[in-house]
Amino acid sequence: MIQLQNIFKSYFNEGIETRVLKNINFSIEEGEFVAIMGPSGSGKSTLMHILGALDSPTSGKYILDGHDVSTLSDDNLAEIRRKKIGFVFQSFNLLPRATVVRNVALPLVYAEIERSKREEMAKSALLQSGLDESRFYHLSNQLSGGQQQRVAIARALVNNPALVLADEPTGNLDTKTGDIVLGTFQDLNEQGRTIVLITHEPYVAEHANRIIHIKDGEVLSDEKNTHRRAVIEHRGVVENRDVVENHGAVENQDAIESKNTIEH
Amino acid sequence: MKTNDLMRESYSALAVNKVRSTLTMLGIIIGIASVIAMIAIGQGAQAMVQANIQSIGSNLIVVTPGVQKGPGAFISLGRGSAENLTMADYQAIASQVPSIQAVAPELSKPYQITAKGTNTHTQVIGTNQNYPIVRNVNMQDGSFVTAQEVSSNAKVAVLGPTTASDLFPNIADPIEQTIKINSIDFKIIGVMQSKGGSGFFNQDDMVIIPISTAQHYLAGPNSNGQPYVSDISISAVDQNSMSAVQQEVTNLLLQRHKITDPSQADFTVQNQASIVSAASSVTGTFTILLASIAGISLVVGGIGIMNMMLTTVTERTREIGLRKAIGATRRDINLQFLAESVILTFFGGFIGIVLGWLIALAAAHFLSFPAQVNTSSIILAFGVSAFIGIAFGYYPALRASKLDPIVALRFE
Repeated sequence: MIQLQNIFKSYFNEGIETRVLKNINFSIEEGEFVAIMGPSGSGKSTLMHILGALDSPTSGKYILDGHDVSTLSDDNLAEIRRKKIGFVFQSFNLLPRATVVRNVALPLVYAEIERSKREEMAKSALLQSGLDESRFYHLSNQLSGGQQQRVAIARALVNNPALVLADEPTGNLDTKTGDIVLGTFQDLNEQGRTIVLITHEPYVAEHANRIIHIKDGEVLSDEKNTHRRAVIEHRGVVENRDVVENHGAVENQDAIESKNTIEH
Repeated sequence: MKTNDLMRESYSALAVNKVRSTLTMLGIIIGIASVIAMIAIGQGAQAMVQANIQSIGSNLIVVTPGVQKGPGAFISLGRGSAENLTMADYQAIASQVPSIQAVAPELSKPYQITAKGTNTHTQVIGTNQNYPIVRNVNMQDGSFVTAQEVSSNAKVAVLGPTTASDLFPNIADPIEQTIKINSIDFKIIGVMQSKGGSGFFNQDDMVIIPISTAQHYLAGPNSNGQPYVSDISISAVDQNSMSAVQQEVTNLLLQRHKITDPSQADFTVQNQASIVSAASSVTGTFTILLASIAGISLVVGGIGIMNMMLTTVTERTREIGLRKAIGATRRDINLQFLAESVILTFFGGFIGIVLGWLIALAAAHFLSFPAQVNTSSIILAFGVSAFIGIAFGYYPALRASKLDPIVALRFE
């Protein structure tokens, strides 16, 4: 479903070329849960931008869901993002003074979906991401960090994308809440979603079924994750998700929250 | 992105920051309100000046005598004092000049007028039945001097409303009462409607009598033994024929007075239109001046919008990055920010028009002034405010649409 062929990416600064990606080749099949790992400066962020159609490679071919995305114009890339990709960011990037449902429905506004259908689609995405129904009409800045990230996951799912891209989704969460979010990704993967997770933390990467290591712009290793960490196995955690999360919210999230909503 | 969604996104972005949006709108509100109010007051002043001049008479042309020269032609008694305009001149104008609606001869002189226990000093005008047409006179009570009364030298008088209340402070209807002018009894047959006392003389303070009576009992003939008049008022059929009538009258009188060089004329023909246009151009200039000063505040308001939009774009960089990441095109972002500034100026313009209207009404009320808010100034104000929204919102919107989503998402 995803094919990267001989991807190079260079930045030019005053005529000096900086090579960030050097000959990246791999493919991802539908239904895979892949973690891309690497230290900072390894080029994993640039790779994510190319995978997310936010940026184009300098050379090479990127085929997403049968389309060659590597040579498209800005507006065509916007269309690809609108139709094929769902983003989950480290800092959730929700509209702070908008309701949960409105935040989730935002991509549908750009996809020109009827207003009456948008709310329904947003709610079903929120149910998939596991947010409690009582919070659907809360303002997003009234939620805890874990809840906000689940709203962001629902927003990534709402347009039924071919690929969900998560960039350090647990980076701003405490361990417990992070586990719950990773569990949500595993749930979604079991329902057949293709997920690519970018992280520098081995603990987070271990939740995926395949781990690709990047270093200095090159693929260092690409292997199946045989000892996959399964949050799902601890059913207790899953069932008490909201309880745990709410405690976490009260104790830990306040400081992070104010930083992570988009300030108006 | 659909238009109604665009409006909804833009509106909710503005609603999130109500105080700032309102303050920004205030610049446009004040600008538009002052432009509307200034134009309304200026046009009101213009209309008032025109109405005042029109109330003297409609399409009026006035012939006045020239300078009276004493023996040896050294002592000049001032313009209009000569007695060389005669009833024969009046009859010639009435019968020979085309495009005339009505002509009235006037013989006026101030007299001391007495009634029972009261007296006043005012202008007594001898004229004929054409005077009400020429001078826009309406009657409050009774009737005006008739042709029959003119031919029979009747001793009847019509009073101006001020004169009537001066002479008869306790009588509501002074018709059939008697006044004395120069010790001669006159019966009052009518009272004129008020024209509003403004300008250089009070048009409500006068007494009108038949011209024949004035010539017979009060003034007497001039040095050549002919009955003279102090001016001849002519009403042209319409505004366009005024200059033609003026020219015809001048030519006729030059011929009758046997004068070949027009600069030596012993009379003056004045055209009301020239007075109106001179007065209008003065008030028009003031309107433009006031509106331009108000226009400056509108530009300042526009710069306020641009300033706020630029701040907004910077503050919402990450939001813009997110919107682009989830599929907004450059055009979507551009239109959203443009719509925000246009919504601000549109509502600001609307409130400004209402406020300006209220200011104009208040000015009209307290200064007893006919302020006029017309459709063209409202359309102009709406057009200008929409233009300001687009012009001053264009650059910030362009900046927003050009943001690179990768950079924008990382923006702190």
